[in-house]
Amino acid sequence: MPVPSGKHAKTIEEAVAAAEEIGYPCVVKAQVHIGGRGKAGGIKVAEDRDEAEQHASAILGMQITGPHGEGPFEVHELWIEEASKIDAEYYASIILDRSAKKLLVMLSTMGGMNVEEIADKDPDALVRRHVEPAEGFGPEQAAQIAADAGVDEDARAETAEMLVKLYTAFNELDATLIEVNPLVVTSDRRVVALDSKTTIDNSALYRHEDVAGFEELSAMDPQERMAKEKGLTYVKLDGDIGILANGAGLCMSTLDVVAQAGGDPANFLDAGGGSKADAIVAALEVITSDEKVKAILFNIFGGITRCDEIAKGIIEAAGRIDLGVPLIVRLDGTNSEEGLGLLADATLPDLHIEKTMLGAAAKVVEVASQR
Amino acid sequence: MSIIVGDDAKLVISGLTGREGTFHGLRNRDYGTDVVAGVTPKKGGQDVEGIPVFDTIAEAAAEKGANTSMIFVPARFAAAAINEAIDAGVATVIAITEGIPVHDMIGTYWKARERGVRLIGPNCPGVLSPGKANVGIIPAQFFDPGPIGVVSKSGTLTYQIGNELKQAGQGNSSIVGIGGDPIVGSDFIDVLDLYEADDETEMIVMVGEIGGDAEERAAEHIAASISKPVVAYIAGFTAPPGKQMGHAGAIISGSSGTAEAKKEALEAKGVRVGKSPTETAQIAVEVLGS
Repeated sequence: MPVPSGKHAKTIEEAVAAAEEIGYPCVVKAQVHIGGRGKAGGIKVAEDRDEAEQHASAILGMQITGPHGEGPFEVHELWIEEASKIDAEYYASIILDRSAKKLLVMLSTMGGMNVEEIADKDPDALVRRHVEPAEGFGPEQAAQIAADAGVDEDARAETAEMLVKLYTAFNELDATLIEVNPLVVTSDRRVVALDSKTTIDNSALYRHEDVAGFEELSAMDPQERMAKEKGLTYVKLDGDIGILANGAGLCMSTLDVVAQAGGDPANFLDAGGGSKADAIVAALEVITSDEKVKAILFNIFGGITRCDEIAKGIIEAAGRIDLGVPLIVRLDGTNSEEGLGLLADATLPDLHIEKTMLGAAAKVVEVASQR
Repeated sequence: MSIIVGDDAKLVISGLTGREGTFHGLRNRDYGTDVVAGVTPKKGGQDVEGIPVFDTIAEAAAEKGANTSMIFVPARFAAAAINEAIDAGVATVIAITEGIPVHDMIGTYWKARERGVRLIGPNCPGVLSPGKANVGIIPAQFFDPGPIGVVSKSGTLTYQIGNELKQAGQGNSSIVGIGGDPIVGSDFIDVLDLYEADDETEMIVMVGEIGGDAEERAAEHIAASISKPVVAYIAGFTAPPGKQMGHAGAIISGSSGTAEAKKEALEAKGVRVGKSPTETAQIAVEVLGS
């Protein structure tokens, strides 16, 4: 894939050295796992050494939020590259289209803006073509797309070749999205990928150890990193009410009812099916390590998960770690009576039992608001 | 009647000899499901508490007349196991396995469609037809036979709603977990059609969540083709964009796949959407009584 030459830099000194080597003008780019960096101020052109230094110092440590509020992501690394002289900016992508159950190849000569903006501005300017699973995608289909999108004639062959390479990469990497934006035609009429975003299927990471290494644990939130190390399904949120539920759907639903009750969830944590005591202890360690958390809601509907096991986990966790915050527990479903009996016998301090999910949500909001 | 699994289901379980496979396979048999065989390569000739084990699904189908397959094998071998079941000629494949690479599922999805095999899942809790058969990991004790068909992306959320329906004295024709992966064999609209054609089903409860546009497409389909009342619930109003919320498919990508958009799409077509699982069950009971 033709790309501009460049170098990585983790410090201002490294960035300046790279810029000096590459020559001016050069481009200083934030390396974070989100699109929309340019708009966020994470991509700047430097005309000389002073500017390279200024941009590097401004961008390193910058917090970048994605176009839809993703993140923020802190910039720990830069990419310094030669500036390209640009004649035209295109947009090219391949995504997994969940509704069609096929890959979707998209190309537009209106590059530089995101795909939603292109579609809004001029839907006809975006060529969308599904890949038929039985046929695959080759030079012929690619050439047709390049022609339909109105790519400059002298750049068509190279653009089509680029699409075929993207398709090969998409399949070899188990990608669910590869977006090249902009794909540019340089003033000397070469087709070059200036920027790209790629998403790899988490479920396929086992066959891409090289890619798994790119995961930026250092850029993750401390609780998210801790949860990952403990093998928990956890997502950090902004609020002060810790949440633990079993099952992804029930956990999302728990966040929603807590919000409806006027609370602000601190996290999503799916304890999973068949949760055992050790998993509960690990989950409580992660939740309580977030200093914002004022109270914790346990919402368990035992199917395969047995409520007595959950109760044992809570009791064990209370013995092993200092929770420091009230616990609101709702246990329903398989072995709920046994579980509630165990909790009653253990007489833990600051433990509130609630019968229903909605009652528990109201209670946790009330308790948190008093602290 | 019921849908997908009924009294005539003859089940073969791929991965029966594994810990989870044995646990749930035997639970399914205890419920009354006709579990005719298990499949584990190189373990043919063994048995699991009287259930004969074969090397291949084809042998199990030929010798025991299996017409329904359940997939319980590890993720990296699961797509191959589904393909094997399709080739063996069973009518229905229910894939419980979580974490199958989505690229593997594209080919398998189209293979099932071309052969006319009904694929449910992957990453789903299975299908329960109360009083008839249970194929998967749904805890049957929360569901009684009755007129409400349930179709859901989520397991525990379905048990929660099912339990509230049961406490309100209602039961279910079938409970279908379609799964939380980006590509699943059957979408809401496929299952809605089955309920529409099922005599026992008087109304449908549909449980969705963030990610993709299966709920939006279902809304269109309900308006065009479903005459029975549908009540819906959507989870994930507080989910931030770009974060995978447990299920591989539960992610808001850019501005698409939000709970709000799904709720609006359904309500625009006259489908009532409950604010909580409890309210959803209450609405269902109310609709049924009216």
